[in-house]
Amino acid sequence: MNWSDRVWVELSLISYLIGFAYSVYSLATNRFLTPRITFWAICIGFLFTTLFLFDRGHAIGRCPITNRYEVLVFMTWSMVLIYLVIGSSYRLSLMGAFTAPVASTLLLFAIAFSSSEPAPRRIKVNPWLEAHTSFLMVACGAFALACIAGTMFLVQERQLKTRQPSSIFYRLPPITALSVANARLLWLGFSLFTVGIATGFLIGGRINWAQAVWSILVWGVYGGIILARILQAMADKWGAILSIVAFSLLLSTFWGIRFISDPSL
Amino acid sequence: MNIFCFGISHQTANVEVRERFAIPDSALADSLTRLARISSVQEGVVLSTCNRTEFYVVTEDSQLAIEPLFHDFYGPVESSEIQHLYRLPALPSIRHLFRVASGLESMVLGETEIFGQVKRAYEAATRSGTTGRILNRLFQKAFHVGKHVRSATAITRGSVSVGSVAVDLAQQIFGELEGRRIMILGAGETSERTAWSFQSRGARQLFVSNRSFERASHLAEAIGGRAIRFDDWEEEFRDLDILVSSTSAPHAIVTRAKLEPMLRTRRDRPLFIIDLAMPRDVDPAVHDMDGVYVYDLDSLRAIAGRTLEARKKEGEACHDLIEKHVHDFETWLNRIADKAIAPAAIECPRT
Repeated sequence: MNWSDRVWVELSLISYLIGFAYSVYSLATNRFLTPRITFWAICIGFLFTTLFLFDRGHAIGRCPITNRYEVLVFMTWSMVLIYLVIGSSYRLSLMGAFTAPVASTLLLFAIAFSSSEPAPRRIKVNPWLEAHTSFLMVACGAFALACIAGTMFLVQERQLKTRQPSSIFYRLPPITALSVANARLLWLGFSLFTVGIATGFLIGGRINWAQAVWSILVWGVYGGIILARILQAMADKWGAILSIVAFSLLLSTFWGIRFISDPSL
Repeated sequence: MNIFCFGISHQTANVEVRERFAIPDSALADSLTRLARISSVQEGVVLSTCNRTEFYVVTEDSQLAIEPLFHDFYGPVESSEIQHLYRLPALPSIRHLFRVASGLESMVLGETEIFGQVKRAYEAATRSGTTGRILNRLFQKAFHVGKHVRSATAITRGSVSVGSVAVDLAQQIFGELEGRRIMILGAGETSERTAWSFQSRGARQLFVSNRSFERASHLAEAIGGRAIRFDDWEEEFRDLDILVSSTSAPHAIVTRAKLEPMLRTRRDRPLFIIDLAMPRDVDPAVHDMDGVYVYDLDSLRAIAGRTLEARKKEGEACHDLIEKHVHDFETWLNRIADKAIAPAAIECPRT
């Protein structure tokens, strides 16, 4: 890894941490400061992550998702991209306060893995493999944001059920808006994941069965959640809980699957 | 040049005493004219609301007393009434006006209606030509202070009445209320006030049901809703978003057993129930159901109480902020006073 890679990711991490710290300060002091500072901190962090991906992609001549470090940075970038599109269009206030710590955590893990990852090298590119992994990663970003919307939903739900709403209750979006955002993000992630799996069949060559089974399992879990929501088989609260559980499982099994599967991706 | 505030407010007198000194809007212009006729008064603004009647005056008479002024306006003032009146000199007057405009002297701490009332009082005085350099500057500053206090502190945050708390909660559940279906069950005084709160915040699909259909029709017509016969309210319940219940039924009329089959077909929509009845209309176990939120009178009052406590805590931050503005205004007053005195000081030796 050259020095500029590390600098971009570290600067990005600092930006997200500033956004998170500002949100915590604003909430803790009850001063109702503008959420725009968190939003701009996330924007700057996103810019640095983009610069890293551009630099690294340019260096290796392909989409930079060849090791755990790159995958985590790419996943963070996807999640923040979707936040910037969804968060602002749905006016989901305070979503940045929840997105910034998740982005910071993912980048912290990325930095922790950076020393043990093999040095990037130029390899021959299969465009279907590129498309396959890119779609899956962006889908993971959407699932991460669905998990965040689900967490915000549960915070609101808890405050309503305890009948003791605090100041954060009045600053979070309405519970129905969070439920709608959660459902739409699940749909977005599921659609992208489906396209990712479909492009996987076009790669050709030997099938990596561990990864294929894992992908179909993730697809099945999210498909099940969406189906249950469509059929109104469960309350919104359970949809929110399941989107958190599913994303936690996705993250935790991701490394195991990579470990037992072909590391060349 | 002296600034005074003469007045009476909810802090010094009860409503029986205050109403004798109240000045209706229709008599405001006349009062300002009468104030301008007092020879020593150079500028004047009259503020009269249901909680206070105050005269802000700029005068050359540093001893201007309250009794003759009030006598001019209200006739003989009895000694039992005089004890309820106050006369504030310059700095306390300035501080008082800033606090009034910020809602810190209001009966409901932090309420914002007073800001508009002060503004209207000032505009009426401007139209009558009774304001000048000092009061123009003082009131403009008061509006600036009022806005600053509201934006920089949490003094206006949250609601302190049962109806407003209920509507705030509804907005945190549903967002915009315009497309929400709201049923008012029982047309009592509290539910009527809550219905008006919903209507004022954009709710348009309001249904009213009451044992007396005539009363339900009357309220429905007033709030732009639709009246439903009491026997039919359960039919409409399936599509409801919000229920405001305040019947005089001796037992719970909304139970878990009754709701479960209804909610099975609408799991993706929350239901907000405001139970204002005593005894309660809604079985407390209903609150444990997924997607259903039941708030009774006690829980709404508790939220209103906590909001009021939070506002009181914000009082210190408001005080510091206001003191800074009082100091700024005092500096400006001293500066123009110096300018006014300076030529006289030069002329003195010549005479």
